[in-house]
Amino acid sequence: MPEKRLVLRNCGVIDPQRITTYLDRDGFKALRKARDTMSQQQIIEEIKESGLRGRGGAGFPCGLKWELASKAPGNEKYVICNADEGEIGTFKDKYILRNDPFTLLEAMAIAGHAIGAEKGYIYLRAEYHFLLDSLQSAITQAKERGYIRDFDIEIRQGAGAYVCGEESALMDSIEGKRGEVRYRPPFPPSSGLWGKPTIINNVETLMNIPQIILNGAAWFSQLGTERSKGTKVFSVSGDVKKPGTYELELGSSLKELVDGLALANNVKMIQIGGATGRIIPYQMIDTPLAFESILGAGAVIVFDESRDIIDIVYRTMEFLAEESCGKCTPCREGTETMLEILRRFSCGEGLEKDIGLLEELSSTMMLASMCGLGQAAPIPVIDTLRYFRDAYENRIKNTHRS
Amino acid sequence: MTAQRKGQENLLVLLQEAQDKFGHIPEELIFQLSESLDVSTSDVYGVATFYSFLSTKPLGRNVIRICKSVPCFLKNCQPIIEAIEKEIGIGPGETTSDGRFSFQLTNCIGACDKAPAMMVNDDVHVDLTPEKTSQILKAYE
Repeated sequence: MPEKRLVLRNCGVIDPQRITTYLDRDGFKALRKARDTMSQQQIIEEIKESGLRGRGGAGFPCGLKWELASKAPGNEKYVICNADEGEIGTFKDKYILRNDPFTLLEAMAIAGHAIGAEKGYIYLRAEYHFLLDSLQSAITQAKERGYIRDFDIEIRQGAGAYVCGEESALMDSIEGKRGEVRYRPPFPPSSGLWGKPTIINNVETLMNIPQIILNGAAWFSQLGTERSKGTKVFSVSGDVKKPGTYELELGSSLKELVDGLALANNVKMIQIGGATGRIIPYQMIDTPLAFESILGAGAVIVFDESRDIIDIVYRTMEFLAEESCGKCTPCREGTETMLEILRRFSCGEGLEKDIGLLEELSSTMMLASMCGLGQAAPIPVIDTLRYFRDAYENRIKNTHRS
Repeated sequence: MTAQRKGQENLLVLLQEAQDKFGHIPEELIFQLSESLDVSTSDVYGVATFYSFLSTKPLGRNVIRICKSVPCFLKNCQPIIEAIEKEIGIGPGETTSDGRFSFQLTNCIGACDKAPAMMVNDDVHVDLTPEKTSQILKAYE
């Protein structure tokens, strides 16, 4: 199956600095159609029927999110674009922001119109500061030429914190606070930014909106699987000949992506979804890429046979321990304790009881952590214990020997 | 909008501006912001110390951030780290005595397809080799 460029249809085609090149590609037609010919309810119905689900990893139905926010009482509502792409191995949103900022702005304006919001924020991670000027220029061009009216878009910059990609931490950061996660419920569509109804969508999710409005839900939902409609943009890195950004129809096989497009060789395992993503052995390469099987935010890191599994899991856990916001104990202490145990394995000093300890700790963290970071932090450990248990057992210190 | 909310909202933005301007967030500023924004000193300090791009300690004129996350690790970031240590004579977490460079290890900067990668200030440099890295640093005074 070849690449299917829907989200990336303008990337490399338009000049991201010149709005006229975007107009030539049906730019702002969807916004005009939504504003002039559709009711708010019709827009939301169209998105619901399309089956579009969040591309940031969680896969929440986008139309439902919008509907909840639109029905929430109050006049002050917000649209937030999550451009805090911090997941390890993910760089697709950077590619989008750099090459096609206009589609994103159009989508945000449609979202604002649909839920009755007059203000939108793009939360841009600090590491992408270099995109600030071009993004700001795109906003200015769209405003000055009158394509985006009655809707204000402001860029807020992150300051270096992985957890701020988590929606409630992100909102706290926009509010000028430490990026710590919130207790939920309430969820953002009823109580989000400053307690007002808010929708937060990933860059890639929003990129789908104008096409759905223009071509209709039926057109969109032809693509993909029963529960995963449309396409997905993947970031492929690691042991491959052609790392990069690829867009495939949902339901395509991992093999197509890793072997077919990125040209991997001698693969041992693949991590899908970043630091908290699943790790699967090469034997499972035929797995379809979809919400019902395996997906995440689309980070695909490929490891060849030369790689040491404990090294990889240790590095991953080190990242999670550093980036835990520290608010809840299972995540803050759990990631540190896991790191300490993994350190023992990495220097061949694992204890017999350590594997059981890792498993016990994993279930506690998954059950009791406040947000996705802590809940999913044990996944790389659990998966490698399932598929590569030998790697751990070989590092257990044999205390009976001597 | 309440004054309290406005004050809190501006806090992170003002801290970011101070970081850009002074290279760090001076202690006096924490007290000043607390006063002018009507946010407690501990909350201001809490925000100033939460984010990795904010520093309460003075940093060099140029901040080198080498990515140490898994994709860059796979592409041999370690020799790059060593090349920098050799070039500027300090290790991660340190600042050169002439104040020219601070050197930090950082988490994924989203350049995994062109690993190993680093940031110097806001600039992203990719496909690094030890030789190329030394050359790049020469451009930062």
